[in-house]
Amino acid sequence: MAIKKFMYLNRRSSFGTVYAIESLEVVLVAAAFDQDVSLAFIDDGVYQIIEGQNTNGIGMKNFSKTFHALGDYEINKLYVSAESLEERGLSADDLMPLVYEDEDDNWVEKSSVKVVSNAEISKIMSKQDVCFSF
Amino acid sequence: MKISIQINEGPYQHQASDTAYQFAKAAIKKGHEIFRVFFYHDGVNNASRFTIPPQDDRNIVNQWAELGIKNANSEPELVVCIAAALRRGMLDESEASKNGIDGNNIHPAFRISGLGQLIEAGIQSDRLVVFGD
Amino acid sequence: MLHTVNKSSFERNSLKSCINIIDDTSVILLIEDGVISATKNINSSMIANLANQGRVYALQGDVEARGISSKLVDNIKLVDYTGFVDLVVEHGTSVSWV
Repeated sequence: MAIKKFMYLNRRSSFGTVYAIESLEVVLVAAAFDQDVSLAFIDDGVYQIIEGQNTNGIGMKNFSKTFHALGDYEINKLYVSAESLEERGLSADDLMPLVYEDEDDNWVEKSSVKVVSNAEISKIMSKQDVCFSF
Repeated sequence: MKISIQINEGPYQHQASDTAYQFAKAAIKKGHEIFRVFFYHDGVNNASRFTIPPQDDRNIVNQWAELGIKNANSEPELVVCIAAALRRGMLDESEASKNGIDGNNIHPAFRISGLGQLIEAGIQSDRLVVFGD
Repeated sequence: MLHTVNKSSFERNSLKSCINIIDDTSVILLIEDGVISATKNINSSMIANLANQGRVYALQGDVEARGISSKLVDNIKLVDYTGFVDLVVEHGTSVSWV
């Protein structure tokens, strides 16, 4: 069966609603299906992968650490809207250093996070077969 | 065309399930196949057979059940995410007995299964449409 | 692509985000409270051009339910649920801006 392109559109931050963690759960399950997976972080979705999250004070699971595991599942296309970051006073330096080892390049460690313009996300989105939003 | 649907919200609180139902009904009438409807997040509450709306209101659960969305093996293709369902106290007979709980509430027109069913719906269908908040 | 937006531009930024991202061939379908963005209001400039290009649809049932049929921006195309299905079939991948 042909591989399909799946995009996960993340537009909300992590703890106010359940959508972020359940989106991540789907992504982890999807890894077993060997499809072409991209994650897009737009609007408040960019806060999902910000460095330094600490949930000790709210009694909820800090699932931001799970994003570090995605590279091991060959999920290494995390596109972050540059405009969304800028609007929120954030930059690429505020994001978690998520990496994967490139098997086609001597297992060199590379960044999974790509900060791109909305125009670039538009191009990537238009190539998808399925877009999940939560 | 094969179309699948994902529903993220429960009945009566959000319009998502109503819109998805009207969409599914229209698609079937047009001769399309609804391959699967996947209920996720609070969407799992659409599967409660204990739902009792007032007489002058629609019964969203029964509406879905009456669409009779099934596969070639006559299994329901109204699929409820198991993890989201168990968290919210939505159980079928098997999950109730497995967890030692003295009742179950999943309508027989629905079935409980894993998230893989959502991915599979994306792979097998020509289109996947999401309804949410 | 078909992009559905289900919230009013007064409540959420989903329509704005959608318009910021979509390519030149995409169309937008306003559903549920999204149809409020199909009316002439202070935010109408967001969709006026797209509507003039024939790229904005609104779900008729939702428009009528909300009593706003006479308030719509020019050139918004109304569709029923069958029209919604046709848009899904014709425009390839669907993106929901929930």
